Amino acid sequence: MEQARVQSLLTVRELTKEYRNGSHVLTVLRSVSLEVREGETCAIVGPSGSGKTTLLGLAAGLDTPTSGTVELVGCDLGSLDEDARAEVRNRHTGFVFQNFQLFPTLTALENVLVPLELRGGRPDRGLAMDLLAKVGLAERTDHYPVQLSGGEQQRVAIARAFVTRPRLLFADEPTGNLDGDTAHRIAAMLFDLNREAGTALVLVTHDPELASRCGQVVRLRNGQRIDA
Amino acid sequence: MIRQLMKGWVWRLAWRDSRMSRRRLLLYSLSISLGIAALVAIGSLGRSVRAGIDDQSKALMGADVALSSRKAFGDAERDVFEKLGGERADEVSFASMIQFPGTGGTRLVNVRAMTGGFPFYGQFEAEPASGVEAFRKGEGVLVDEGVARQFGAEVGSPVKLGEWKTRIVGLLKHVPGDSVAFASLAPRVYLDGAQLPRTKLLGRGALVRYRALFRLPDGPETAGRLRGLRERFRELKLEVDTAEKRKANLGKAVENINGFLNLVAFIALLLGAVGVASAIHVHVRQRLPQVAMLRCLGAPMGGTFAVYLIQSMAMGGAGIVVGVVLGAVIHRVVTGLLAGFLPFPLRVEFSMAAAGVAALAGLGVSLSFSLLPLLAVRRVSPLAAIRAAVSAPARRVDAGRWVVGLGIASSIVGFALLQTRDWRHGVGFALGVGVAFGVLALAAKLLVLGLRRLPMGWLTFGWRQGFASLHRPNNRTGTLLVSLGLGTFLILSLQLTRASLLATLLPADAGSRPNAVLFDVQPDQVDGVVASLGRLGLPISDSAAIVTMRIREVKGRRASELATNRADRIPGWVLQREYRSTWRTNLTDSERLIRGEWVPRVVPGTSPLPVSIESGIARDLGVDVGDALTLDVQGMPVECRVSSVREVDWRQVRPNFFLVFPAGGMEAAPATHVLATRVGSPAESARMQREVVREFANVSVVDLALVLDAVERVVSKVALAIQLMALFTVGTGVVVLAGAVATGRWQRVQEAVLLRTLGASRGTVRRILAAEYAGLGLLAGMLGAGMAVGGAWALVHFVFKTGLHIPWVEFLATMAAVPLLTLSVGLLVSRGVGNTPPLQILRNDG
Repeated sequence: MEQARVQSLLTVRELTKEYRNGSHVLTVLRSVSLEVREGETCAIVGPSGSGKTTLLGLAAGLDTPTSGTVELVGCDLGSLDEDARAEVRNRHTGFVFQNFQLFPTLTALENVLVPLELRGGRPDRGLAMDLLAKVGLAERTDHYPVQLSGGEQQRVAIARAFVTRPRLLFADEPTGNLDGDTAHRIAAMLFDLNREAGTALVLVTHDPELASRCGQVVRLRNGQRIDA
Repeated sequence: MIRQLMKGWVWRLAWRDSRMSRRRLLLYSLSISLGIAALVAIGSLGRSVRAGIDDQSKALMGADVALSSRKAFGDAERDVFEKLGGERADEVSFASMIQFPGTGGTRLVNVRAMTGGFPFYGQFEAEPASGVEAFRKGEGVLVDEGVARQFGAEVGSPVKLGEWKTRIVGLLKHVPGDSVAFASLAPRVYLDGAQLPRTKLLGRGALVRYRALFRLPDGPETAGRLRGLRERFRELKLEVDTAEKRKANLGKAVENINGFLNLVAFIALLLGAVGVASAIHVHVRQRLPQVAMLRCLGAPMGGTFAVYLIQSMAMGGAGIVVGVVLGAVIHRVVTGLLAGFLPFPLRVEFSMAAAGVAALAGLGVSLSFSLLPLLAVRRVSPLAAIRAAVSAPARRVDAGRWVVGLGIASSIVGFALLQTRDWRHGVGFALGVGVAFGVLALAAKLLVLGLRRLPMGWLTFGWRQGFASLHRPNNRTGTLLVSLGLGTFLILSLQLTRASLLATLLPADAGSRPNAVLFDVQPDQVDGVVASLGRLGLPISDSAAIVTMRIREVKGRRASELATNRADRIPGWVLQREYRSTWRTNLTDSERLIRGEWVPRVVPGTSPLPVSIESGIARDLGVDVGDALTLDVQGMPVECRVSSVREVDWRQVRPNFFLVFPAGGMEAAPATHVLATRVGSPAESARMQREVVREFANVSVVDLALVLDAVERVVSKVALAIQLMALFTVGTGVVVLAGAVATGRWQRVQEAVLLRTLGASRGTVRRILAAEYAGLGLLAGMLGAGMAVGGAWALVHFVFKTGLHIPWVEFLATMAAVPLLTLSVGLLVSRGVGNTPPLQILRNDG
């Protein structure tokens, strides 16, 4: 049991999410369960409006479910308040978004340092520089996001996601806004880092090729899992 | 462009495009509202005051003409009065002590003995009204309400004026021609002229003013008679005052004050315009992709520009409407507050002209300032719609910017010209505003640069991040520092100037200087008064004899001739005034000999008599060492020769004199004495006054603490009025800040959400915001304070010729209020920023 608990980084059980609008209840996710182990890769796929993003958000503790539980790195997120959930995210997870979500007012290097700085103390600039070099941006560390192309911005976002050496990386359509070549390179980068650092990967994607590279694929339709 | 403004789609698009940001834009448009409100309120107040002056022009003095002199009227004067005709009333006024036997209090007052039916226009206002009739019948005195209250006296209470024991028959509220401010400096006591001898206060040498007041028929005959008698008035040294002259003087003063306050209000308006321009800048920058898209869809450049021009005009218009309404409300409130402070009643007169000028000025500045950022719209390439990285063409000299800049400068000069009606003042004001804005903007830039270089590694992430926001791209630090700093600068420089002026009156060593002056002491009373003070343990720190005199001839030419000869350029008051002079053997420590030789004593009867003259008067009279002066010492001509020129430090509150004679030269002339002493407390001062006045009823005592208190009250009231105007600037700064925070709110929310997704607590998000606003306020406070110290130093050094005094507690408290205010406003407008659920980040992903 203890072995299973350590190895299972993310355990989602019977997750349901409803939105209430007056007397009208909209159920966007219905009793979905999934489990992601250390170093594993998992793709969440499905048509638009199927609940992919909601599932990712709930799994990452960005929102609270109507019912069901999420256990992230051994912590039951339902029992934590927002600030405690934020700390869990900072300690154990990384994020990559479709729209990159960089701070427009920070340089590439400063963007990468933010998660470390949030922990307090002096951040390891060397590590951030190494990661930027690894994603091919050693020469662009002082550039602001507006001075970088889409692919470069996403590479900064990947460096930021890995700078805390997370055990689990959440990615929401990480290549959705990129052209074919760049998307390919970014995807390769994500999987390489996943392999090298042993980071588990949970990604939402429309791209069948990207999904096919994952060890586990969760298919959703109308808020329900249809692959199980 | 104008053609484009006629097109329907331009207006429709302007409306639709503003849909998402109307509330934010409206908040920003309020930036100019306070400036507009100030202009409307001041303009309307000016109209109310002018209307009051017109309504009450004759009651401003209570008579048509007043002729006054320092000596009692004789046959010659009465002959002139006869020729002038009309109805006449007489007033004899002097300073003396009133005693309240009931409570044992004494107070220096301005005694006015009246004969005849003054006032001819307006009326005495007293409580009860029957008191006026009673005082005219000689049944008692009318006493200023404030003084009576101070000593717990009421109608019927006994009072003693010199030797006359009488009672209060009424509490005086208003006398035509006197303001409340005057009454607080010199409280008045009115009595019937027939009772004056009973006081026995008119001893020789007492400083008495005699006034004859006339009601004259209206018309050219009266004016002609006045003109015809002008020369005679001069010969008899009668000062002439007319209701018309007062009205003109007051009107001019009102115009000047109005112009000055309008310029201060205009600064607030300009600051607001900077705020609006800054909002337009952000708004336009956010809209650039839409602009590019419009161009792609075939919209002409002029049309696209017109869309955003309409939005800017609408913002200006909304700000103007709010400002005019606010101005009307402020005007109503201030008119109520001013009632009683002016020598005539005020009625609420809203000035449509002032509202019109303010609206035009508001529209002009907000539009011209907005044009600067709006010009960017013309340079957006349609290509930017399909390739975000397309940048505007390389900067080239943009003629449009120069035209707009020139328009702004000329509108500022134009407005200043309108207010000051003097091109030098207009240009000076515009330059001053330009320099102040420029210095603030430059200092803000340097501060931001310095902040960037400041090592902040030792701070926690939240604080570091917050402070760093002040210099990161898209920051609004410059605009906000200028708007908040300017308000701080105005408020603090007023505070420092006021404190420095008061510190000059109340120097640090005031504790050891004399603070009570006894005057009108007759020569045979000096020993008795000194003994009386000695019994109370009070030392005499200064003692001087005073002889009153006038100038008869300067270097052999008659004063009356010099006064009429403009080529001599000698100010009339220098020739006509009464000089209170003294004799002594030594210089005092408030004097310094600049030229000539100090003559300590002469043999009685020496002629010409050596005299030491004060440097300013010597310059005005055009005399120097060796020149001859003939003085009229109470009717006797005395030949003198200037033996030395002295510089006098008038700031030292002690008996100082324009003319000082050697011992032995003036002793034969009728003199009174002035003595100065130091009292420790108000109670000691009251006891001293009681004792001295009981024994020597004609002696008057000035308690400098009371005088300084009255001066401070008046100075503070004036300072308060200007400070209120400065508050409009601070208010504008706050609105600009609130608008800037609101404009940047969307970005803040995004950042907060991202930070929280990455694991930041709500506390960290709040800390970042707090650090940014506190840092901004701190910088603005420091910047404003630094400039205020510099500005106030220049003002007190060059204009008031005194040193800068910083009241640290008050100064630091104001300085600290700026970051507190900025922090509160910033956090208030940002509330909820940290509460957006982090899930929002995924939703924004599309």
